[in-house]
Amino acid sequence: MTRPPYPILVLDVDRLACRRGGRLIFSDLGFRLGNGEAIALTGRNGAGKSSLLAMLCGRLRPDAGTIRIEGFEEVAPVEVSHVVGHRDGLKTALTAQENLAFAQALLGEAFLSPAEALAAVGLPHVAALPVGYLSAGQRRRVALARLLVARRPIWLLDEPMSALDAAAQAMLSGLMRDHLAQGGAILAATHGPLGLDGVRDVRIGP
Amino acid sequence: MTRAFLAILKRDLALASRAGGGGELALVFFLTIVVLVPFALGPDLNLLSRIGPAILWLGALLSMLIGLDRLFQGDEEDGSLDLIRASVLPLELAVLAKGLAHWLTTGLPLALAAPLLGLLVALPGEAMLPVAATLLVGTPALSFIGAGAAALTAGLRRGGLILPVLVAPLTVPVLIFGVSASNAALGGTIPFRTPFLILCALSLAAIVVGTLAAAAALRQAE
Repeated sequence: MTRPPYPILVLDVDRLACRRGGRLIFSDLGFRLGNGEAIALTGRNGAGKSSLLAMLCGRLRPDAGTIRIEGFEEVAPVEVSHVVGHRDGLKTALTAQENLAFAQALLGEAFLSPAEALAAVGLPHVAALPVGYLSAGQRRRVALARLLVARRPIWLLDEPMSALDAAAQAMLSGLMRDHLAQGGAILAATHGPLGLDGVRDVRIGP
Repeated sequence: MTRAFLAILKRDLALASRAGGGGELALVFFLTIVVLVPFALGPDLNLLSRIGPAILWLGALLSMLIGLDRLFQGDEEDGSLDLIRASVLPLELAVLAKGLAHWLTTGLPLALAAPLLGLLVALPGEAMLPVAATLLVGTPALSFIGAGAAALTAGLRRGGLILPVLVAPLTVPVLIFGVSASNAALGGTIPFRTPFLILCALSLAAIVVGTLAAAAALRQAE
């Protein structure tokens, strides 16, 4: 399988502040994320990890500061990113296959077919099952299969390892290593190890 | 981009047809209202056929409001809206696809069922088709006015209560011209064409304004 390299880009977050319900969650947060780099976003519960990811995907507006993609100034970060968070973006009434086909049509830059992506996350047998029948771990794996149906250079992951068993965690680490090796970038909010080498830590709050 | 548009349309149609999708709910509610009104009015056939178009239009309007609060709320809750925001498709077109799917699963079946339900309100035969036609061109306005309000209330937990209050005043012109066109078909001094064309105009305007408003509301999420 030949894949063209990802474009050279840098996700630049500068002096970002987040305010929710009038309360300042964090301020003066800055980091840069380039090709082949991974950042583990850490911080205590409620420090604003998920809020930061919500800002990156355009659901929250920053109170101050800027988020931009260096090299593609007119592109919103979310348009070159995959987002897998607590809200898994899966419709429970649709099958795993339908959910992934929908994501592929929506995100563009098709890569693996839904069936291949499900096989890659170790769930080839659930393709025709409605997602509502799947366990939490299986649903998380279907959501992660979305990373493979479309090619996007930046992966924004919120607690990617949660609900996954040891084998699935190793599988995800493998997917992330592949992604980094191709020049992709990963930003993962996490409390545990990601199973990757050379991960930079960005800590929010004390 | 066309592919993403069709994907949203196809997904919403599939969701409406699956169990719990609420596709038939509007139709059943419409039927309930239209069946109950003649019982409430009593045995006065002339009165019934005179207010028949108004009953059909009110029934259709209220039925369209059922489940409208879920138009964006479901996607907001399970994260599908983040996926749609991440799409190559502009948010306006995504809203247009969702509004169109809403109309196809609620407005269109209501308009198609209207001639049948017209029998229950003693609508004269020659008025059946005009009433169905007014519902056919008027219900898109309701879908898209509703889409704007649904986008505003997408993030609210109990948005289902606020939504009809927000939508009802905005639907008054549609109701007025929908019923007056239907009545014109029953006879009267104004020709059917005049209010019917205004109804068409209201729908076209609502599709544009509702789409833009809903997309703006979804962008301003918080």
